Amino acid sequence: MDFSIAALLTQDGLTNGAIYCLLALALVLVFAVTRVIFIPQGEFVAFTVLTLASFEQNKLPGTVWLLIALAATVLLAEIVAYRKEPGRMLRAMAASALPCVIAAAIVWAVFAMQAGFALQVAATVIAVTSMGPAIYRLAYQPVATAPVLTLLIVSVAVHFVLTGLGLLFFGAEGARTSAFTGSTFALGSMNVSGQSLLVYAFTVGLVVAMALFFKYTLFGKALRATAANRTGARLVGISPNFAGSLSVTLAAAIGALSGLLIGPITTVYYDSGFLIGLKGFVGAIVGGLASYPIAAGGAIFVGLVEAFSSFWASAYKEVIVFTLILPVLLWRSFTTTHHEEE
Amino acid sequence: MVRILCAAIAATLVASAANAQLKVGATLSLTGPAASLGIPEKNTIDLWPKKIGGIDVTYIVLDDASDTTKAVTNTKKLITEDKVDVIIGSTTTPNAMAMIDVVAEGETPNISLGGSARIVDPANPKTRWVFKVSQHDSLMADAVAVHAKAAGITTMGFIGYNDAYGEGWLVEMKRSAATAGIKMDTIERFSRTDASTTGQVLKLMAANPQAILIVGSGTPAATPHKELVARGYKGRIYQTHGVGNSDFLRVVGKDGNGSFLPAGPMLAYEQLPDSNPIKKVAKDYITQYEAKFGPRTTFGGHAWDSYIVLNKAVPEALKTAKPGTKEFRLALRNALENTKDVAGVHGVFNMSALDHNGLDNRGRAMFMIKDGKWALAGAK
Repeated sequence: MDFSIAALLTQDGLTNGAIYCLLALALVLVFAVTRVIFIPQGEFVAFTVLTLASFEQNKLPGTVWLLIALAATVLLAEIVAYRKEPGRMLRAMAASALPCVIAAAIVWAVFAMQAGFALQVAATVIAVTSMGPAIYRLAYQPVATAPVLTLLIVSVAVHFVLTGLGLLFFGAEGARTSAFTGSTFALGSMNVSGQSLLVYAFTVGLVVAMALFFKYTLFGKALRATAANRTGARLVGISPNFAGSLSVTLAAAIGALSGLLIGPITTVYYDSGFLIGLKGFVGAIVGGLASYPIAAGGAIFVGLVEAFSSFWASAYKEVIVFTLILPVLLWRSFTTTHHEEE
Repeated sequence: MVRILCAAIAATLVASAANAQLKVGATLSLTGPAASLGIPEKNTIDLWPKKIGGIDVTYIVLDDASDTTKAVTNTKKLITEDKVDVIIGSTTTPNAMAMIDVVAEGETPNISLGGSARIVDPANPKTRWVFKVSQHDSLMADAVAVHAKAAGITTMGFIGYNDAYGEGWLVEMKRSAATAGIKMDTIERFSRTDASTTGQVLKLMAANPQAILIVGSGTPAATPHKELVARGYKGRIYQTHGVGNSDFLRVVGKDGNGSFLPAGPMLAYEQLPDSNPIKKVAKDYITQYEAKFGPRTTFGGHAWDSYIVLNKAVPEALKTAKPGTKEFRLALRNALENTKDVAGVHGVFNMSALDHNGLDNRGRAMFMIKDGKWALAGAK
């Protein structure tokens, strides 16, 4: 291996690592607020790419039907839950089902108008983000106080349901989206692609935005309060359901943005999300599912290890990446004191 | 009264004998990693006629989710509960291999759609019940080696799936390449789910072989292909018949132009000479398929070939026994084994006790991707 190969591998590893990093941050966020290990995180990434690719092929994205199906199920759930209180029912519907309906209408409108690339991107992000509240309402809200293990099992179920729906609405074949920029820059002896620079810039921007959001906005503070102490937050008037819904929605938005970044780099399938999300999860584990900066660093490390192991031992690439989790778990189990769940 | 009853019973018996039904079971990978192969196969089975050999056919299609255990469970269910006369599937080599023992024990003929020669070779008491309609990977590997040798290529790199499909090809390709005097030194792996193959591609390019063979199925095979082109690889790129669908062309885009692959002649049947017996069969199938389900795939073609061989074998078997009986299944097995000169969409089948595949060189053609379309390629 010479310097240029190492540089190329580093570039590749950093690009993938940046995307894993976004997913790791979303996982930490959802876990901190709701104690849910959010396995379906990757599905948002896959749905984003497939939606945008459908737009590009001039096909009505299956997302429209997915959103309508979600909205219908949520409406049914709200009717059952608030059948005695029509006022609350309407408010609950507006929070959980309305975004899906609006998003479906936007996607359909953008498709019908043959709108440009920018509008397609915007519609895709809105569509995927609006799945967040609906998924939280359907899957997690009814069991919000259940033990972590129950929530994990629910997550696995949501993952399988979304993958199945993905196959139904998008088909079995993969898709790529066109690159935001085809330009390359010469940096010394090596070429850096514009797309990977975009990935770095986006990731850094999003991390900064998240930091500001948590530090200065009321919603961000509410989320932090819920993460720190659920009962305490509730006592000062923060609805745990609202906080949970908001965190899953943010995770969906982050998933959508990651999808935009990864779409031009690789072929994405209806079930690709899981593995991408899992690598983000390895990163998040390094941070103990609690620390944002360590999770981010861990995810970038995963990307680098992946790139270099694909060069040295491509047959064992995944094995090497996922084995990373073992020393981390060992180290964590020795250094942290275990305390019972409240 | 008794007489009327007897007459009624007799009439029913006669009617049921006349209505003897052929039961065709299938276990296909409709979901999971091999779904893009399994779905066109199922679509094709939807095109199968309602009658084969003059008797009604019932179809039972099960999904094995690309999972070996599920394929075995499905096979057991089809044999013991549904009592089918023949089983089609499964889609992938690992699933098809796992089904061999079950169909042998249940004495039910099985027409497999998987790719590896190991499904039916070597012939033994177990594979006695198994037939296979897709081209052996060895047949295709030979085609690649011959084609590369004709173009004066002496070094070839390999990047293949990290699974049974990739391993099967690697073994066959090493053998074919050695025969053709082609050196294969750089061997890399990737998996269907890889987001990036930069590492592998850099290593291949460092070795700089004259040609690189990419072994994958469907669109994932485009990932290393696009990477090679993006890194400026100047040699020749070979793909395998695993990419024979329009989705691959869509994803690989213009980067695919100028690369070669061996595949069944159906892929571009329009370009075959009229004298070729495959052309008519392929035209018939593809016209029906494309009218209903969209662009052709070679995978669907294998499912159609299962129908073609069954259509010839069922009338033979009906001469000796009634469907639904053990005797019929044995007769059907024997009739399948005696398939002679039957033209399908992928080639001409000539089976025997030692060869349960029966495809020869007519079952493969070299294609080139030209302007985003399949084109029959020359000899080198």
